Parts: sequence; C-alpha cells; structure tokens
Amino acid sequence: MSAPPGQSVAVRREMQDEVAVLVLDLPGESVNKLSRAVKDELAERVEALIRDPAVRAVVLISGKADTFVAGADIEEFVALRSAEEAFALSREAHAFLDRVARSPKPIVAAIHGACLGGGLEIALACGYRVATDHPKTVLAAPEVQLGIIPGAGGCNRLPRLVGLPRALDLILSGRNVRGTQAYRMGLVDELVPPPILRDVALAAARRLAAGGAPARRGRRGLGPLLLERNPLGRALVLRRARGMTLKRTRGHYPAPLAAIEAVGYGLAHGVERGMVREAQLFGKLATSEVSRRLVEIFFATTRLKKDPGVDPPAPEPKPVGHLGVIGAGYMGSGIGVVAASRAGVTVRMRDADLPKVGRGLDAAAKVIHEAQRRRQVSWREAERQLALLSGTTDYSGFARAGLVIEAVFEDLEVKRGVLREAEAVIGPDCVFASNTSTIPIARIAEGASRPERVLGMHFFSPVHRMPLLEVIAGEKTAAWATVTAVAFGRRMGKTAIVVRDRPGFFVNRILSPYMNEAGHLMAEGVPIEAIDRAMVGYGFPVGPIGLLDEIGLDVAEKAGRVMHEGYGARFAPAAGLDKLVAAGRLGRKSGAGFFRYRDGKKAGVDPEALAILGLTPRAAPPAAELADRLVCAMLNEAVRALEENVVRSPRDGDIAALFGIGYPPFRGGPYRTLDVLGAGAAVESLERLSARYGDRYSPAALLLDHARTGATFHGRGR
Amino acid sequence: MNAMNGRRVAIVAGVRTAFAKAGTVFGDLRAVDLAKLAARELLERAELDPAEVDAVIFGQVVPSVLVPNVAREVSLLPHFPKNIPAYSLNRACASACQAIASGHDEIALGHADVVLAGGTESLSDIPILHSTRMSRLLTEAAKAKTATAKLATLARVRPRDLVPVTPAIAEPSTGQTMGQSAEKMAKENGISREAQDRYALRSHQLAAAGTADGRLVAEIAPVFLPPSFDTVVTSDNGIRTDTTLDALAKLRPVFDRRYGTVTAGNASPLTDGAAAVVLMSEEKARAEGRELLAFIRSYAVAALDPGEQLLMGPAFAVPVALERAHIGWKELGLVEMHEAFAAQVLSNIQAFESRRWAQERLGRSEPIGEVNWDTLNVMGGSIAIGHPFGATGARIALTLANEMRRRGVQFGLISVCAQGGMGFAMVLER
Repeated sequence: MSAPPGQSVAVRREMQDEVAVLVLDLPGESVNKLSRAVKDELAERVEALIRDPAVRAVVLISGKADTFVAGADIEEFVALRSAEEAFALSREAHAFLDRVARSPKPIVAAIHGACLGGGLEIALACGYRVATDHPKTVLAAPEVQLGIIPGAGGCNRLPRLVGLPRALDLILSGRNVRGTQAYRMGLVDELVPPPILRDVALAAARRLAAGGAPARRGRRGLGPLLLERNPLGRALVLRRARGMTLKRTRGHYPAPLAAIEAVGYGLAHGVERGMVREAQLFGKLATSEVSRRLVEIFFATTRLKKDPGVDPPAPEPKPVGHLGVIGAGYMGSGIGVVAASRAGVTVRMRDADLPKVGRGLDAAAKVIHEAQRRRQVSWREAERQLALLSGTTDYSGFARAGLVIEAVFEDLEVKRGVLREAEAVIGPDCVFASNTSTIPIARIAEGASRPERVLGMHFFSPVHRMPLLEVIAGEKTAAWATVTAVAFGRRMGKTAIVVRDRPGFFVNRILSPYMNEAGHLMAEGVPIEAIDRAMVGYGFPVGPIGLLDEIGLDVAEKAGRVMHEGYGARFAPAAGLDKLVAAGRLGRKSGAGFFRYRDGKKAGVDPEALAILGLTPRAAPPAAELADRLVCAMLNEAVRALEENVVRSPRDGDIAALFGIGYPPFRGGPYRTLDVLGAGAAVESLERLSARYGDRYSPAALLLDHARTGATFHGRGR
Repeated sequence: MNAMNGRRVAIVAGVRTAFAKAGTVFGDLRAVDLAKLAARELLERAELDPAEVDAVIFGQVVPSVLVPNVAREVSLLPHFPKNIPAYSLNRACASACQAIASGHDEIALGHADVVLAGGTESLSDIPILHSTRMSRLLTEAAKAKTATAKLATLARVRPRDLVPVTPAIAEPSTGQTMGQSAEKMAKENGISREAQDRYALRSHQLAAAGTADGRLVAEIAPVFLPPSFDTVVTSDNGIRTDTTLDALAKLRPVFDRRYGTVTAGNASPLTDGAAAVVLMSEEKARAEGRELLAFIRSYAVAALDPGEQLLMGPAFAVPVALERAHIGWKELGLVEMHEAFAAQVLSNIQAFESRRWAQERLGRSEPIGEVNWDTLNVMGGSIAIGHPFGATGARIALTLANEMRRRGVQFGLISVCAQGGMGFAMVLER
C-alpha cells in the first residue's frame, strides 16, 4: 500500500542546487526497515524525481543516527502465506530497483550505519555508493541466516560488483563488512568520514550528472578473469562452494544452496533471467519450515535480550564496573577474560597461590591473543583488554566489585568457604554468583549472611566460545540480584536465561536422559559410530558419545550421579562411564575416552575402550530409530522441566537447548519440535518406547494434557 | 595540625613493583609498562574507584622518546575515564617525591581530591641516540626532494657516524658523572672506604631482614612476567643477603681506579621499577572511612652549585622542611634517606650533625640534628633495594609511611639527593 500522494510518510525530499536528497526516515522507529509501503513510497519518489526536469541527480541518505537501512521488515515477511506471494514480493522489489539501476539521472547512495539485507540491495542498485569509515557502518547480506536468500537483486548484483568468490562469501556467511573492507573489495566507491558524507555524495551526484568519471571499479587482474569470466572457472568456484556448504549444513539448510544456485544462474544466463530465478528460489524458501524456525529463533533471541529475567515489575540491575573472580582455573580465567574483553570491566582474579594466578592470567591472555591473531582485535585493543585483568592471592580489590563469580572446585564445602570469605569483604550490593553445574544454589547459600544476593551463573566451557549462560535463581535469591546477573551476562555477550534451582538446572537436566539413553544403546551393543552418526544426521553438531569425550567422562559421570540422586530411577545411568574413568580415560582432555585422539584430532572409536566396557558391537538399527529413542528422552524431560517451571517459558527452553546443547536450529528447539510433531504423535512415540524400554519413557503429564486438548507449547502465535 | 597552607593531604595507599637490576627480570618491560602495572595494582589494593582520580602525576628521569608523557599513558589505562589529566615531571632522583609534592599542592589548593602520584624508570629501556652528524644527515635525507639527492646525502655517512651515543649519567654543566661526584665528596669530607662499605653492608642486611620478615614484600605488587606469566617477581633482586665486609672490600673502585673509594658495592645499582601512591584530601579520606597511612606535613626543595659537592642538596632542604613542619629534628621517629652512594649519605649526615656546617652554610647557630641510627633507613635503602631514578621517591615515601604505621611514629622524614645539585625533603605525619 502506498502513501497517499504528496503525503510523505518515510521519505523526505530536500533540494540542494539541482540535486535531490531523499532522506529515508521512518517515523516512530529507531531504525529504517523496508516494508512494502516504504518500498512503494520510495519507488514513487524516485519515479517523480526521474521525471522532474529541475532535478539532475539524486542522493539517497538515511535520517537515522546509525542506520542506513537495517533490512526488511521481518514481521511483514513472516506474514507471507505462499511461495507465489513471496515470488511476487521479490519481483516487485526487482522492478523498483531495476528502475533505480537504469535511472537516466545518477542515484548515489550515502551510507552511514547498518546497511543490511534489503538495504544493501538498494545500495547495490544505485549508480554510486559512498560510505563512512565509522565503526557503526557495516554492510551485510544476512538473509541465509533466516533461511532465505537476498531477493531484491542481491544474488545478481553482488557478484557483478565484487566478483563471484567474494559475493558467495558475503551471501553464504552473512557476515558484517566494515567500511574499509567494503571499500577495498569494491562494494562501495568512496570511503569518507561521517561529517562530509552528504557533501561528498552530493559532489559525486553532480559529477556523474555532468558525465564525469564513472564509479570506481575495483578489481582488476588475472585471478578474476581466470575464475569467473569463463564458465569453466565459474563452475569450479560454484562447485567448491556447494561442496563446502553441504559439508557444513549436511543438507538441513536449503538457503545457502539456493543462494549458490541463484548466483550461478544469474552469471550464466544474464541479469534478467537471473532475477526471475532469484525470485523463484526466494519464494520457495520464504515460506519453508526451515526459514520459519530460523525466524522464530531470531524473534526469540531478540525478545530474550530485552527480558530482564524476572517477572514484572523488574528492578533495575545494579551497575557492575568491576568483577571479582575466585578461582583462576579453566572456568575462572575463561569468565574473567570474557568479562574483560566483552563487558570491558576490570577483573580481579583470586587463587590460592601466585603460580595458579599466573596460569589463569596466561590462559586469559591466550584467548585475547587468539582473537588478535584472527585479527578480531588490534594489538592495541588486545593490550587494553589484558590490562583489565589482574590477579591476587588475597581478597584485595574485591571490596569494589559489583559482582563476584566463584569458579572453584565443584565441592559444596569449598564453595561455601569462598562465599564466607568473600562476604567478609564485598559490599552490600555485590551479587555473589557460583559457577556450578551440579550443586544446588540453595545449599551453597545456606549460612550466607545475605542469601538473597547469592545465585548461580552456569557458564559453559570454553567460556569464550559457548554462547549460553544459565542464571540460577535460588529460593532466596532476590530479583535485583537475578536481573544484575542477567544484565552482566548479556554484557559478556552471552544469551542468558533464568532457570530454577533444580538438579542439572535446565540444560543438563534435558541432556542427561539423552546421554543416558546413548549409554543404554551402547550397552545393548549398538556401535558408537552408529549412535553418533544418527544424532549428527538429526542435526546435532556432535553425537552424544563424542560429546561425552568433550565434556570429560569424569565430569559427566559425576553429573550423572547427581542427577540420579536428584530424580531417581528415571535418571539411572547406564553402567560403563565409571569403568573408563577408573582406567584414566577422561575423554579428549586426557587424550583418550571412547575415542582415540591423534594430534588433537578424533581418530575413531578406541577398541581399548570397547574392551574395558566389554562390548561387542552388533549390527546397527536404522538411524531414525536411534534418533527417536534419544530425542524422545530429551523432549519428554524438557516437558517435565517446564512443568516444574525450571525454565520461565518454552521460548527460554528452546533457546537454551539451541545455544547450550547445539540442538538443531532448523528444528527450532525441543518445545518447537514437539509443536511441529504434535503432542499426540509425541505421546504415541513415548508410549511405544515406554512399553519396550520401561517407565523412563512415560509421557510427561503436561504432554498428555496437550495431546488431549490440542494445545501447543508456543501457543498460536510465535 | 596543618603545617602548610590549604587542605590537609593524606597518603592512603601505595604500591610498587619489585626493584630489579637493569637488564634482569624486567628487561623486556618498558618504563610505561612498569608504571601501568604499579598503578593497576594500586587501584585494586586501595579499593579505589578509578573514576574518582582527579589527576595522575608520574616522575621519570630518562623518558622514552616514544612515550614522552608516561603519566598520561597511565591515566589512559582502560580502568580510568579518558578525562583524567596527567603529566610527567623530572626532578631527577627526587622526581617521584616531586610528583607527590605536586599532587599534594593540587589537593591542598582544592583543585583535586584524589591524585595518583608516582614514578617509573627502566634503565633496561634507555634511548640510544644517533651521533649529531648522523641525525643531521638523516633529517636532510628525509627532506630531500629527489631520490638522487636522498642517496647523495646518505652517501656522506661515514662509519664513525654510525656509532650510537648512549646517554651517560653525567652533569651537563660540569661533565662530571655521578660516581665522580661521589668520589669527590668522599675525598673532601674524609669518608673512608671502610665507612662506605660498612654503610653498604648495613643497607643490605637491613633490606634482607625487611624482605625476610615481609615488610618490604608487603609493598610490592607481584609482576607476572609476560608472555607466559609463569615467572612472578615478588621481591627486589639487588639485595645481597649474605654479603660481607670482606666481599665488599674486594671490589675495585670504579671512578678513580688508583685512589678511589666508591665501588659498585657501596653505590646504588642501575635499576628498573615503578612505585605509586594514592593521595587524598583528608576530608574525602575520612568521609570514606579510609585507613590513612600518613599525612604530608611539609616539604622543601633546595639546590646548590653542581660544581661543588653535587649531592649535598638534602643538607640544605631538610632544615627548611623541618622549619615548615614546625618541628625539630629530635621529634623525628623515622628517617628515610635515599642512598645514591654511601659516600653521599655519610657526607650529608656529617653536615646534619656539624655545627660548623650549620653556621657556615645555613647561617644557623645549631646543627640540624644528630642521627639516631636505630631510626635511619630501618629496612636499608637504595644501595640494597635499588634505585630506579624516577620511582625511588615514591618507594621511600611508601616504605616510610608503612613503617610509621607499624611503629606508631608521629613524624618521619624523607631526604633525597638529586642530579643538578638538588635536594628534596618531606615530613610525613601520623
């Protein structure tokens, strides 16, 4: 629907000499996003300017502080009901941008801030692009992350501008490109400081209108010629991209493959036919289940970021400018370094003696130096981050901390001890967090002088890579403490969910029956490779047995025991882990577990492990059967956890499983999987499994409820 | 009672790195690194919100050409907001004392409430210069408009132009090195080799005791040495725990090989290190309920003709500082004298105790005071602990303030001699 004529909604027109400046400035929004209405209005404006004899050239610029265009309006996108509708939408965008691209009057894009998705596609259609060198200026084509492809000409225009390999890289990774990089690869024609952006764009527009120098065309040389300008080289690049993509997505995600096809087709058959193909592929993907799941996850994480972690009215989080970490071991130093590098706070790490502190600082420095080696940070920034960390053997520097996280040995008395010591020095508003995976927070908080500021912050290992944080609110934990921990976890770049103080919290709670079931399968003689392959096939990044090796068999065994104690027979682990632990096989960290490791790489199942376990593998059952057994155990437990309010919502549970376990994103999370499958079908599966394998598969009451009433976990909406 | 004008200023906390002989454990660290390490640990130990710091002042005697204002680099640590002004100063070996004095003045005047003052030096990281001719040729070449002209200029470089110039610790006005000046003082004041060696031995023994019982270690921030942080430097490495008078007597004089008495054993070594203190207005410190180490009661600086006895400055500064403090020498419970050379310490003590010197040089009828050896440099001094020029003053203030607290002493004196014929004295009070 277009705006009534003369009544501009989102686009402002300013004249400067004979150049028209179109200022995109969506009212009531903090960023510009593209809806059909905005697109129509923009198209109308451009059309009018092209016809206006007083106008010689056009500059397109944003009225928002730090966004050019942040992308398409996703709410509008998810409302698409059919492939035809989506195809039509894409073709409309093509028509508009074709008009822009073929405009007889030069149209210059002046880019400052985020220029993403559809925003980038508009810029690509313009005859000239000027961008600022400001760090906020990022260009990206993130469509595949939502299960779609650029559908407004991006698949066709991008490779023609920056070359095939770069275009594929941008579209397949969706990664952000800063101004300098964009300039170097020819994505933009000029790079300028923000204050002169408008003037430079105007000057460029005038120059082009006067028939001046055409846009800079960056890439020259033999490489591109050999690779992309001939069908053979092109086919080679495309084939390699397809191979790598298949390896990465294991066929679960159609969008990257479709993007490769769209790009390849456009180069082979020309822009016009290429655009049609792009629209067809876009249309097919736009309403696909995978895209729906990925968009749901996008919405869920976006909303989670704004969720304070407690029910309203939520208190304000206390400011944390200084962090105390007790225990400079693997977890402690990991927490410290992420707090310093991501949250930017000063970190005081304490351990029993100076060499331990030194090892912690070393581990932290290694994380920072790795980022420096990958050019994610400059050496100056690395030095700055390092300076934020300091170590001690006493509690000096703790009095000022807004948050203290202990990551000492997983032992109740040790943890109570450091809590007691810390409470003697920390201020009244300081939150005390225990990084534990197995010990109930309530037990740690017993005897605390202020139990209301004690909670759990369960980080996953390695801290600098794993995105999830479980904040465990104990019975006595005050809301202000919970929101402070959640807010700080987010500053550390973590996806934080608040969970109840029940054994295993949420992630280990639902992981445990799944791992146990893998153990049972193994005990039944199912080959380890078959179990892992089945789950990787289901979409997990690693199979359960491989995961045991990663976690550490000793850690897993201990956790298994705690869960068994906490929940009884349902969580009885299969025998075996203890035997391997006793044999000193602790998984990857000890160089051997269920698998062998050579040069740090997994080198197959170790026959020695099988011998210790007394296993003789038999023929493997079908993968689907294996996956069904394992996944059903996890899903059923997830429902029980929800019954007990271990997570605050199915949304939180889904996100926790995705980010904490690597639950396949295209399946949306355990609760989403159940919704898609239907509670009835899930109950049927569980009853069948229960008849064969026993009570541990008895369907959860809430699931039976849902099966009866037809209710879903996520309700009707998203 | 405030003996000076303006608000009363307290030293609330202090810390230093260990002092290490140049070219040893801190060989890979720059002076700015040492300064930052000390400042970071100081913030932690003082439990000080970095945003409350109003100014940062650091002393450095041999600044790096690449980091000319080391204090500003400290105040640009990510701990601080970016808007904390900072400056570096050079009052030779009294630089860190001067940083404390200048910080005191800012607070006393009400221009600041909290000042981070200290000093740093790395004699492992001193600038090595090109010869004057070489510098000129390089400048000319850089200005040359054509490649040929550039080459022609550079072609004029002769091998001897390439010999680097290492800055010597010499008086520009007299050309005499510090050591030569100490030699001169020893001879003119009749300070024997044995007296010097005995003094040096005392310094080492007391510093060893102060290290063993933890008093010196308590003021030291452990330095985890990059890149792997597995070596932790927690104590000074110049202290010779087991040296003897015999061993000291065997050393050959360095500056006058035939008739000299000044040796490497009875002089302070070239040292790397940094030290810093937090200064705070009394009212703020009290409002925060802080435990105070000491107040700054008074200070004074003096200078004399470098052509006479170069390191006699303290004998001129001390009486003025005492006068400004409205106290007599006898009221001092502890005295910390910087030990550049044993000959210098003993020469100044001679002057302190001499009626004639007081009459002739100060125009006073009475001598400054008699030294009580039980209260002088009770944990040794720069000869044993080391002497990073820019940092020593803050080290001495810190050592003194800590010991005043331990002993419950009311008044303590700092005395530092400095290049250029200067002397610095400060009275601390509890």
